[in-house]
Amino acid sequence: MASSSKVLVLGIESTAHTFGCGVAAGNGELFSNVNSEYIPPKGGIHPREAAQHHTQVAVGVVKEALRRAGIVPQLLSAIAFSAGPGLGPCLRTGATVARALALALNKPLVLVNHCVAHIEIGRLVCDLEDPLVVYVSGGNTIVSAFAEGRYRVFGETLDVALGNCLDTFAREAGLGHPGVPKVEELARHGRVFIDLPYIVKGQDVSYSGLLTAALRKLHEEVRLEDLCFSLLETAFAMLAEVAERALAHTGKKSLLLTGGVARSRRLQEILRAVAEEHDASFHVVPPEYAGDNGIMIAWTGALAYSHGLTTPIEASFVKPRWRLDEVDVPWR
Amino acid sequence: MEIIDKGTVIKKGAEAVLYKSSLWGLPVLVKYRRPKPYRNPQLDHHLRSIRTLMEAKILSEVKKLGIPAPAVYWVDLEQCLIAMSFLEGIVLKEALPRLSEEEIKDVFFKLGEYAGAMHARGIVHGDLTTSNVILCSGIPCLLDFGLSDFSKDLEHHAVDMHLMVRALESTHYSLKDLCFSSFMEGYASAAGEHYAQLVKERVNEIRRRGRYIEERRTRD
Repeated sequence: MASSSKVLVLGIESTAHTFGCGVAAGNGELFSNVNSEYIPPKGGIHPREAAQHHTQVAVGVVKEALRRAGIVPQLLSAIAFSAGPGLGPCLRTGATVARALALALNKPLVLVNHCVAHIEIGRLVCDLEDPLVVYVSGGNTIVSAFAEGRYRVFGETLDVALGNCLDTFAREAGLGHPGVPKVEELARHGRVFIDLPYIVKGQDVSYSGLLTAALRKLHEEVRLEDLCFSLLETAFAMLAEVAERALAHTGKKSLLLTGGVARSRRLQEILRAVAEEHDASFHVVPPEYAGDNGIMIAWTGALAYSHGLTTPIEASFVKPRWRLDEVDVPWR
Repeated sequence: MEIIDKGTVIKKGAEAVLYKSSLWGLPVLVKYRRPKPYRNPQLDHHLRSIRTLMEAKILSEVKKLGIPAPAVYWVDLEQCLIAMSFLEGIVLKEALPRLSEEEIKDVFFKLGEYAGAMHARGIVHGDLTTSNVILCSGIPCLLDFGLSDFSKDLEHHAVDMHLMVRALESTHYSLKDLCFSSFMEGYASAAGEHYAQLVKERVNEIRRRGRYIEERRTRD
């Protein structure tokens, strides 16, 4: 049960497939985390359909998050929402819910960057001061470290995200959703390594060529297990290489794996080995905070609110292309 | 065949382990690409040997362009190691904050010249950052050609330059404009004004291609 004396923030996440709501306190207490994921009947996520899903579940998810937190809405200090990066229609749905709540309850509004939130929830639950961050999801692939007031991007994908690459492959291979665990399961039975494009440009990776080549191989006489195995090994090795270089370059003493693809066992294994190689500790965000979720927005909102970062409703635009390294992080 | 004594470890990088050793009585730097236990063995050996070979080739190639870089003494493609001359100096990344404005201009002009000369000759460095430049008696020497390649493609040249911009932005934010303008002057002097402009435009295009870039909103 939350008391009234502390900062309490309700956070709303709606950047892509998930509509989530959570309540967190400024001291790091996490009270509730309720999420509803849109799973398309077939094909990829259509932004309009995902946004419709969010509209349908929004009231129920917010009510449930408040109920589980055991607080009356008047106790909240602020309403936070994920303003970007993400899909426009999805973002606007979350923003509308957040604005309505802020108006109805007469509470300030806090804009949260989705990527910052993935990092902050990882730092909180893994209890890390200053890690090198590998953030991998359906929409993002970023290697980042904090320097001079911001999370700097040391490497990222130049085209599609790791999760997107694996999910698209899984879909085309008829493996369904969610793709990563299914590809990983088949990969365990892979024996033959098939050469696929390994593209690292300096600190950045490129997955589009790998995806195209892997899709093309689907029509050739190769075992699907071998193809899944080779795709994962190649994709993860590329990421490991840039992560390793960033770790050596920054000299950080811990490595944090966060985002939806953090759930991958094989990726965890690889990055743990990378960390050990450089005498850094390895940490992975727990599964319930790996994918998109409301509580990470609430917690990051609480950090921002505690530093006076509120936004008037008339200026609370969504930012579909809001980069991680554009965000000032005064709480660090 | 002589077996190289790897000597003592001086740096454990991401790509390779560096040792200080001696060969034929000369002080040498041994760059050893160790197997990465987390990588598929087939992919691992392929990446390590191809990069060792390419690095040795290009280290020799840049000598023709008058670019200060270590000299190759020994290459072992099975073990994936290169023995090269040992350069004494300070890594630019560390030296930069202590340099005067004039020195910075001079160093980045030279680096621009090196990059321009390499690109004109169809060579890309592949990892052009301040960590891979060592100042030897004030002269910048290029290191670590482990990701370098032969290419006459404008795109690859622009990616090379983009890396330098990114390194400046992420590590030397307050000095980035000064460094980059000198770099561009040097680049233009070696590769020509026209080509320098083409590469610069492509760098901007690459940046816009990145995810969630503000400038791209105008196209939405």
